[in-house]
Amino acid sequence: MMPERAKALALPIALLLVAEIWTRALHVQSDSLAPPSAVAAALIEALSDGSMLVATRDTLASAFAGLLASSAIGLALGITLGMFQIIDRLMEVTIETIRPIPSIALLPIALIALGFGYRMEIAIVTFACVWPILILSRAAVRGIEPRLLEVSRALRLSLGDQVRKIIIPASLPRIFVAFRLSAGIALIVAVSVEIAINPIGLGAAIMTAQQALRPDLMLAYLLWIGVIGYALNRGLVIAQQRLFGRAALVGEAS
Amino acid sequence: MKRQILYWRAASLVVAAGFIVLWQMIANLRLVSPVFLPGPDRAWAALVRGFASGELWTKLLGTLEHMAYGWFAASIAGIALGAMIGSSRTMRSYVAPSLEFLRPLPVSAIVPVAIAMFGLTQGMALFVIAFGAIWPMLLATVHGFAAVEPRLYEVARSLQMSRLAVIFKIALPSASPDILSGMRLSLTVALILAVVCEILAGLDGLGHWVLLSARAFRSADLFAGVILLGGIGYGTALAMSTVEKQLLKWRPSGH
Repeated sequence: MMPERAKALALPIALLLVAEIWTRALHVQSDSLAPPSAVAAALIEALSDGSMLVATRDTLASAFAGLLASSAIGLALGITLGMFQIIDRLMEVTIETIRPIPSIALLPIALIALGFGYRMEIAIVTFACVWPILILSRAAVRGIEPRLLEVSRALRLSLGDQVRKIIIPASLPRIFVAFRLSAGIALIVAVSVEIAINPIGLGAAIMTAQQALRPDLMLAYLLWIGVIGYALNRGLVIAQQRLFGRAALVGEAS
Repeated sequence: MKRQILYWRAASLVVAAGFIVLWQMIANLRLVSPVFLPGPDRAWAALVRGFASGELWTKLLGTLEHMAYGWFAASIAGIALGAMIGSSRTMRSYVAPSLEFLRPLPVSAIVPVAIAMFGLTQGMALFVIAFGAIWPMLLATVHGFAAVEPRLYEVARSLQMSRLAVIFKIALPSASPDILSGMRLSLTVALILAVVCEILAGLDGLGHWVLLSARAFRSADLFAGVILLGGIGYGTALAMSTVEKQLLKWRPSGH
C-alpha cells in the first residue's frame, strides 16, 4: 500500500507528465495550452519581477477591505437581529428581497457610482460577504445557551456589556466559521470583478496574459490564484482549530 | 399560530414597503444624483417599458438559457463523476485530495482560459458556467457517497447486489440531501458566472443589458435589470427548495 500522501500526489503528477509530453511531442502551438515546464518558468519569472506580487497585493487588499467592512456590518446586523426577534421578523421580507441579488449584478451600479478601482471592488465584495456573516451570526446569537443570558440579566448588565461580555464571546467560534466562509467568497468576488471589468489585481493580470496570447503566463496566474485560494482557506482552517479547537465544529454542522 | 405568522409576514411587508418609500423620497429630494439612483417609480417604468417592447424578455430568457444549460450539464456530469469517485475507496483516496485543492479556486479565474479555447462565444459561456457549477455538486456527491451508513453496504453485499444497483438503490437516495444542497449552491454560482460571461463576451442576456445601460447612464434600465437578476436568484432558489422538499419527503425529518 502506498501512503496516503503519495496517493494524493499521484494524480496531479501523472496529469502534469501527460500534459508535458503531449504538448512537447506534438509541438502544440496553442493560445490556451502550454507545457507545464513553460508555465512553471512563467510563474517564477512573474514572481521574481514583482508583477505577480503587486497584482496579488491589489486583489487581497480589496478582498480583505471588503471582508472587514462586511464583517462589521454583518455582525452588527446579525447580533441585532439575533437578540431582538421583533426586528428580525419585521426585516424578513426586506432582507430576503435584497439577498438573492447576485453580487456581480451590482457591478455596473458600482461602476457608474464609484468608477474603476479599489472602491468599487470593495463595495461589491462587501455586499457579497454581508449575507453569510449576517445569517450565521444571527444563528450563532440565537444558539447561545439561554442560561448565559439569564445570568447577564441577573447581573443587570447594560446592553453594551451584554453584547461585549456575553454574546460576542459565546458566539465567537461560530462567527469565525462565518468569517472563514466569507473570506473564500471575498476572494472569488474580487477576482470575478477584476476579470469582468476592473483593471487591477490578479483577475486583470490573467485577462491581460490571455489577450497577449501568453498561455504560459495565463496558466501560471491560474495556478497562482489557485494556490492563494488554497492557502487562504488552509490558513483560516488552521487558525480556527488553534483558536477554538472543537468549539468551532458546532457551527460546521449547520 | 399560523395566523400569527401571517401577521408578522404582513408587518414585514409593510416595513419593506417603507424602505421603498424611503428610496422614493431620497430620489425625489435628489439626495443622490438621479444619474446613479433612479426612484423606484422610474425603475418600475423602465421594467414595464422593457417588457412591453419585448427587449427585456429576450435578455431574461438569454440569461436563463445560459444558466440552465450550464447548470444541467454540470448536474449530470457532477453527479455521475461524483458517483464514480465516491463509490470506490481507491478512487477516493487518489482523486479526493486533488478535488480538495481545486475547491477554493475562484472559478471565474477559468474565464480567460475558456476565452482562449473557445473565443467569445456561447460555448465559452457554457463551459465556464458548467465548470463553475460542477464543484458543489461533485463534492457533495462524493461526500454523500462516502457518508452512507456502512451497514447499508453490508446489506447490499449480503443481497449480492451489483455495483450499479448499489449506486441507484442505496448510495444515491442516501446521498440525495447532500446532492440537492450542492445543486442549490450551484444555481447561485451559475447565475453569477452567466452574468460575468455576458458582460465579457457581449452575449444576449441581462448581464450585457445592465452593462450597456450603465455605459449609457440609463440608470432606470440598469436598476430594472438588477431587479430582474434578483428576481431570477430568488425564483430559482425558491423553485429548488420546493423540489428539494418534494424529493426528500420520504426521509424522516430532522435527519
